[in-house]
Amino acid sequence: MYKPDIIQYISLNHYLILGAALFAIGLIGVMVRKNIIIVFMCIELMLNAVNLILAATSTYYSDSGGQVMVFFTMAVAAAEVSVGLAIIVMMYKNIHSLNIDLFNRLKG
Amino acid sequence: MNIDYIFYLLTALTIICATMVVVSKHPIRSVLFLVATFFCISAHYILLNAQFLALVNIVVYAGAIMVLFLFVIMFLNLNKEVERNKSILYWLGAIVSAGCIFLMLVSSVGKVALTNGNIEKENYTLGLVENIGMSLYTDYLFPMEICSVLFLVAMIGVVLLSRKENKFTTNTVSNV
Repeated sequence: MYKPDIIQYISLNHYLILGAALFAIGLIGVMVRKNIIIVFMCIELMLNAVNLILAATSTYYSDSGGQVMVFFTMAVAAAEVSVGLAIIVMMYKNIHSLNIDLFNRLKG
Repeated sequence: MNIDYIFYLLTALTIICATMVVVSKHPIRSVLFLVATFFCISAHYILLNAQFLALVNIVVYAGAIMVLFLFVIMFLNLNKEVERNKSILYWLGAIVSAGCIFLMLVSSVGKVALTNGNIEKENYTLGLVENIGMSLYTDYLFPMEICSVLFLVAMIGVVLLSRKENKFTTNTVSNV
């Protein structure tokens, strides 16, 4: 049976560490940046890190559940981005800023 | 060319592009680096023989979501800088705390004995479009339908959010 070369030469730990690194970079962006659109993009980056880990684990363990889970994660991310960007546009019409400190009036 | 060179090259490219997303000042540059990151992740999917995921990642993320981001950034016309010059202390605190989480994840990876559990039913072609489609429409049919309901709810929510504010308030007042 066909076996991808990556499984023979690269261990699963490499993909897990790469996913952890991408997740940490996205987390730094979420904590540091003030522009809410960039914060949103860093959340997308964190989602992709988790997707990469899921796909790698699914391939190494020969189980299709991980890749189907990645598909559903992408669908949820698309819905989340459309609603979130609509909220950002509406808030920008009200407060004329994208500073995330001013978005605390979204509460309640 | 050996495949581990390709893997390490792609990994370095992914990390660099992801770092540039966080570091770069202008949001449009950030979006473009994020698109580059998504292409690198798609290349990783192809290396993992998950071709359906690679295609969907390019079409959905780089094609739809990033275009939405670019559209909103250009729509809001962000010429003035949102961010003040932050002190180095913010960056230091964020890097230290994210590094702690990274070390925690890596140490947990080192502890787990990752052996291939079901070696007898190994199947490396399940990332192809045909096999993923069979899996989606037989085993995971119900979550798939729930996903369409989720999209409907998201669409209704976006339409409701983007209505005119004053018309919305007068309608609710008249309804009350």
